Amino acid sequence: MSTAIESGLYVFLLASFVGFEVIRRVPPLFHTPLMSLTNAVAGISLVGSLVIAGSDKGVVSTLLGTIAVTASTINVVGGFLITDRMLKMFRPRGAAPKDA
Amino acid sequence: MNDYIIPLCYVAAGGLFIVGLKGITQPKTARRGLRAAEAGMLLAVVGTLLHKEIVDFKWIILAFVVGSTIGALMAVFVPMTAMPQRIALSHAFGALAAGLVGTAEYYNHQPEIGAFTMTAITLEVLLGFLTFTGSLMAFGKLHEILPGRPQVYRGQNVVNLGTLALAVAAGVWLITDPSKTFLFPVVAVLAAAFGVMLIVPIGGADMPTVISLLNSYAGLSSVAMGFALDNKALIIAGALDGSAGLLLSIIMCRAMNRSFTNVLFGAFGQADTSA
Repeated sequence: MSTAIESGLYVFLLASFVGFEVIRRVPPLFHTPLMSLTNAVAGISLVGSLVIAGSDKGVVSTLLGTIAVTASTINVVGGFLITDRMLKMFRPRGAAPKDA
Repeated sequence: MNDYIIPLCYVAAGGLFIVGLKGITQPKTARRGLRAAEAGMLLAVVGTLLHKEIVDFKWIILAFVVGSTIGALMAVFVPMTAMPQRIALSHAFGALAAGLVGTAEYYNHQPEIGAFTMTAITLEVLLGFLTFTGSLMAFGKLHEILPGRPQVYRGQNVVNLGTLALAVAAGVWLITDPSKTFLFPVVAVLAAAFGVMLIVPIGGADMPTVISLLNSYAGLSSVAMGFALDNKALIIAGALDGSAGLLLSIIMCRAMNRSFTNVLFGAFGQADTSA
């Protein structure tokens, strides 16, 4: 097994456990913001899309890559902005709510 | 020089994603967590743009502009009450990207693809397309474009699991012989069909749980993409998402007193009581 695959599997294993551990004690109030943030982080597929869109390997590949970059940018930008809006609703009492 | 900068960007991004997820679970640190995750994403993108394989930036810039505009408009104009379906729609886009990247990877490299890479690409495409159609279905149901109540019929689980089994079988055949190009669309279409069937029997209060589960699938699809492209940032972020999404959907089920397997296998045995 190549070292790249092996270290990749280690990274996958450890990161999975970290994912379990860091959100284990999430209070119900934060279920939706957490879901929204993980959604934004899932937009990491942008990284792969960029490589395909920019590597100039023929028309079809570039086209698929460009659509993929557009789609994952929607996910990233939308995901983070939505999470931000949600958190604004959790401002401490007394602070004036800015919008929505 | 870039050989050092790119991996360091990815390592920092991975760390920031962990800090971000940890932060968002507590009221005091939620905002800081969000900023950390944003910074992580920025670093991951900057690191990728330095990649020497990327030679042409015009399409990337165009896609950035279009994507950011649509994403921002959707985020700003959606009422807070429509949040769950907005998250579902966002998923659909991310998963579509994963599926398309897998498709491009396959056609760029076939027929000479190693078994490991081909497995990664197949998983990426399977999970990507099933999450894409599944999320669109969830969006449609929550937005009341589609009937929101669970649709159940006799033998549904057999049909659903049969479709998945066929998709996996086609995928395995493709892994053993990547030159069989006709199999690739079969895998993609069956996965997309399974994504629709997965959501048909689910409705109402189970929807947020399913969206979290779809989140988990999207994460795992990114992991597969990370293995296919040998990119650790994708593996870290995807694995965090995969496990956090799965655990969150289990936690949400528990909070609502619902059985997780019921949600997984749809309305199996609960449709009559919920009416």
